[in-house]
Amino acid sequence: MIINSAHGPGGKSKRFELIRTWRDRIFFVGFLLAILIGVAGLAALLIDVLIDGLGFLNWKFLTNYASRKPLESGILAPMAGTVWVVGLTAIFTVPVGIGTAIYLEEFARKNRLTRLIELNISNLAGVPSVIYGLLGLAVFVQFLFNGSRNLTAGALTMTLLILPIVIIASQEAIKAVPSSYRDAAYAMGATRWQVVKTVVMPQAVPGMMSGIILALSRAVGESAPILIISSLVWVTFVPTSPDSKFTVLPLQIFTWVSQPQEDFRSIAAAGIIVLLLILLGMNAVAIWIRNKYQVRSE
Amino acid sequence: MSTNSGSNTASSSDSRLLPDEVLRRRRRQYLEQSIVAWLLRVTALISVLTTIGIVLILVVESVGFFSQVSVWEFVTGREWTPLFKPQKFGALPLIGGTLLVAVIAGLVSLTLGLGAAIFLSEYAPEGVRKILKPVLEILAGIPTVVYGYFALTFITPILQGMFGSDNVIIFNALSAGIVMGLMIMPMVSTLSEDAMIAVPRSLRDAAYALGATRFEVSTKVVIPAALSGIVASFILALSRAIGETMIVKIAAGATPNLTLNPLESIQAMTAYIVQISLGETAHGSIEYQTIFAVGLLLFVMTLAMNILGRVIISRFRQVYE
Repeated sequence: MIINSAHGPGGKSKRFELIRTWRDRIFFVGFLLAILIGVAGLAALLIDVLIDGLGFLNWKFLTNYASRKPLESGILAPMAGTVWVVGLTAIFTVPVGIGTAIYLEEFARKNRLTRLIELNISNLAGVPSVIYGLLGLAVFVQFLFNGSRNLTAGALTMTLLILPIVIIASQEAIKAVPSSYRDAAYAMGATRWQVVKTVVMPQAVPGMMSGIILALSRAVGESAPILIISSLVWVTFVPTSPDSKFTVLPLQIFTWVSQPQEDFRSIAAAGIIVLLLILLGMNAVAIWIRNKYQVRSE
Repeated sequence: MSTNSGSNTASSSDSRLLPDEVLRRRRRQYLEQSIVAWLLRVTALISVLTTIGIVLILVVESVGFFSQVSVWEFVTGREWTPLFKPQKFGALPLIGGTLLVAVIAGLVSLTLGLGAAIFLSEYAPEGVRKILKPVLEILAGIPTVVYGYFALTFITPILQGMFGSDNVIIFNALSAGIVMGLMIMPMVSTLSEDAMIAVPRSLRDAAYALGATRFEVSTKVVIPAALSGIVASFILALSRAIGETMIVKIAAGATPNLTLNPLESIQAMTAYIVQISLGETAHGSIEYQTIFAVGLLLFVMTLAMNILGRVIISRFRQVYE
């Protein structure tokens, strides 16, 4: 750092002071601009989607099937598919995700194996979603279901995809329970499982729930793995059982965006509005749960 | 905060029970616990099995491919024409396409993300920070298919207006790269800001006491001290960009094209995988196997970057007391 004031009020150092001051101000504007460009990008995206799609959003759009004619297209099939996939994914994810978190936090010894499992989980969180699609295609579709591209295969793939997020969020929720609570239960002679069941879990469940809802919202918006698993683009039926074929909302949006006609783009924008509203709702619920039940440990 | 204390178990007063009944109950509790511990261990194994599954599937399904095409030809070949004769399996155009988009995304996200991080950590008052940071993080939660739509219908027309629609193909790497940069910007800014906030106050105060401006404190004290975190955030964000699928599929095109011109149409590795999955490709054919070979390459690239990012964070983190 250069201290110029020591040179006194000489002209040269005064000019340098001025340069430093102005450089400070210019870069302040630059840094502010960087963050504002990010916010402006978000605003442009939302406004772009709203302008394109709002006019096409009506009741018919929600209750029609996909059609070759853009104006008669609707999102009934992908909406039903999304609900099915998220429901099944939740059923598969909750026991495995919470179980793993409890094991790692409360049961496992802090040894090399445990560290390896945790390292493995954080690595899985960084694997591109399209790779999970390949895994699901080979293991679930080809091997488990003999080539049937059904809902269960899609949901199992999504489960593996969001499992690392659920595990990490559940671990955080367990860690947030003050250890004095556990100590008190142990002091009364409780077994490890009793401590988990009656002391840790009641405290940690809200945190886990908000983490799981956020992870499921990730599954709602994810399209690449489902695209590989389902590979259906014009679905005109509502799935009725876990072995039905299916499509999901982001996949339908992708199909419409890929059409060259302008009207299909607008229909895609209307689909995006619905998708964003669903995600907004899920995030709001997650935040509400977190704020309502937040553990306030002193 | 009330805790549901174990009402039916250990804490209830058992004074009236006979000793051997206490003992039996105790034994049952431990049996229950060992069964539960066993079940939990099985659930924890699933994540390990997932990793093994990914590696196994990618390797096994690519073995057939690499028995017909040498690894060397795959990673150095400059032509990628698996769908028409003569079939050529040089993945460089796909790798180049992926890297071109990722570099553009990296430049955008580093400029915006680092600027935003400096603003949030060094300049913004707490109130402003509390509003801007969550708003910025909304960007990370928007589905990628929406970004693809945004690139194609908003950014591309702007680029065509700037450079002339003769020079800018509808599907181009620049549009996808810019939008992807916007998507990964919160990742860079959040992780960088975390690293900057960890720099102790005393270092900043020392510089201010010497008469430094805020810009000088930021660039000469805070950034050098937080450099490992910043570099790691950048590497992790680049890895995200390389693995991203829908934006490149929608906006960057389907033309395997080894080029440095961002206004041209390209095909990224992920976009190729998705393209083949959408078509009617017979299970077991060499076209089917290519997506696993490309997937394997993608997996290795992203894994290497993720590990590198994590090593930088843990190895080079400055520890201040």
